[in-house]
Amino acid sequence: MSHRVGNEQSLASPAAAATSAGVRTAVLSPATVRDGLARERFPLLQPAAGRPPRHYLDTAATSQKPASVLAALDDFYRYRNANVHRSLDSLAASATAAYEECRRRVAAWVNAPAVAGVVITRGATSALNLVARGLEHLLAPGDEILLTEMEHHANLVPWQMLARRRGLSLRFLTITDAGELDLAQLPHLLGARTRVVSLVHTSNVLGTINPVAEIVAAARRFGAMTVIDAAQAAGHQALDLQALGADALVFSAHKTYGPLGLGFLVARPDWLAQLEPLEGGGEMIAWVDWQQATWAEVPHRFEAGTPNIAAAAAFPAALDLLAEIGQDTIRRHEQAITALALDRLQALGGITVYGPPAADRRGGLVAFADAVVHPHDLSTILDQAGVSVRAGHHCAQPLHRRLGVPATTRASFGLYTNTDDIDALIAGIREARKVFDR
Amino acid sequence: MTGPLDTLYREVVLEHHRHPRGNRPLADPHIEASGQNPSCGDDVVLQMRFEGDRIAAVGVLTHGCAISTSSGSMMAELIEGRTVGEAAALAERFREVMQGKTFPAEVDLGDLSVLEGVKQFPVRIKCALLPWLTLLDAILARRQGRPPQPLDTEGLPAGGPPMQVDLKERS
Repeated sequence: MSHRVGNEQSLASPAAAATSAGVRTAVLSPATVRDGLARERFPLLQPAAGRPPRHYLDTAATSQKPASVLAALDDFYRYRNANVHRSLDSLAASATAAYEECRRRVAAWVNAPAVAGVVITRGATSALNLVARGLEHLLAPGDEILLTEMEHHANLVPWQMLARRRGLSLRFLTITDAGELDLAQLPHLLGARTRVVSLVHTSNVLGTINPVAEIVAAARRFGAMTVIDAAQAAGHQALDLQALGADALVFSAHKTYGPLGLGFLVARPDWLAQLEPLEGGGEMIAWVDWQQATWAEVPHRFEAGTPNIAAAAAFPAALDLLAEIGQDTIRRHEQAITALALDRLQALGGITVYGPPAADRRGGLVAFADAVVHPHDLSTILDQAGVSVRAGHHCAQPLHRRLGVPATTRASFGLYTNTDDIDALIAGIREARKVFDR
Repeated sequence: MTGPLDTLYREVVLEHHRHPRGNRPLADPHIEASGQNPSCGDDVVLQMRFEGDRIAAVGVLTHGCAISTSSGSMMAELIEGRTVGEAAALAERFREVMQGKTFPAEVDLGDLSVLEGVKQFPVRIKCALLPWLTLLDAILARRQGRPPQPLDTEGLPAGGPPMQVDLKERS
């Protein structure tokens, strides 16, 4: 799966950056690619006295936060802190308004069919568990769930748990050696017993951007429910739930320049209404007696207990930043950075890159293996040079077994990633090789 | 290269990594134990042949980073020819060192003392301990007359699980 991609000259060219089909042709200047987008607004990325510069290449694990999000968190705790939907005073009304504003903003951002179709969760993992548990009563032994070979554990293990409880069988859409889903297999895997198709939008290991709309359309012909794990897509490219045609979409705020402890399940309200709530407690009920209770309306029935109100209040500041820069501009920037990283890694020699060879088929991340230096050693040596990467299986153990490698090193990018970051990565790999070649 | 990396990747560590001792399967092992550190993809298979209470032959087959490979190589060098009790004592000493104690002056740990540099890299302690925890588990299994269970360091504290190896049995 080793390949060589592009060259540095073409990367600096706006024409090359804008070749991806369907992308509006705003010009992304070479200087923008060099400097990153809005990097100055991310406090952790700023050089400071007594602290070496940090080349943060682990955005796929969690993104850094712009100052506006930090200020919004501070503002909430300082001036608006109260619980939601309960007390009647003006402070609680203000907190509730901030929380519901987040729901509205997310609904608009992913083109949800209705604001009530946005469930606020603790993260993408919580959202996927909510779906897998919530569907349990609708499934019968022998029913099939179709996943893919490139799922994160978050979109695999909850379905395994469900399958064990209900006697379901899990099936997997295979990947090709080029790291893309093998769509030719789809007709053999979909059938009358297929009840749910749940797949990753953008792989957190291969970087592959999957043809989600096409797979969703095929699944719908068999009446299967469709769920999209957009954890690695949100914030990196425009998302449109209605255009994708899927029943449900999940993502987390913390990978999208927002606060930790916040995520979303987005679907049609009537689709959500068929799910059983995962958690019972305050806030999710309509009427409670000693022996039984009835549920609140969708989406509140899925939000038992006190949610992360501060995170919800702050997340719109991240969406503001994305809107200000423009999702297409961000996509083109990350594509240019990814092409640069692919090219520089291949130029080193002795590097195996996993996933599609072309940057326009990938999200902003590159997982690779060095012929000499183990990912864990490489990660330690890179860290000493101020470069943060992730080494390991990236919560995708079966995929790594499929790739035939126990661990990889992953460099992942965000809107703020600049060419210095890539230079530091390459220099760090060279340094690691020097250590091991002594 | 200067600084902490120097103390982590000493030449002797890299030499063990390049040419690991005991890196061949034994023809007829009396015991085979495996351990893995899934978060970084390291795994080790430990094989031993015994003559009475003495470890007559050791195979340490490591797939992993330089730290786990060299630690396993040093372990093969150190425990071959020793009694099971001596090997367990060495493993306990090394675990204590990784948990913060200094190397005991009275015990000859051979090349192993260079791995003290790992202490400056807390996330790498599991790598250094992986072969030794696998050894402790194998010894424990032998004493209990059960087959060794695959050891998985994921979720364990950096110092590994309490192994409860009876110190009195060492001789």
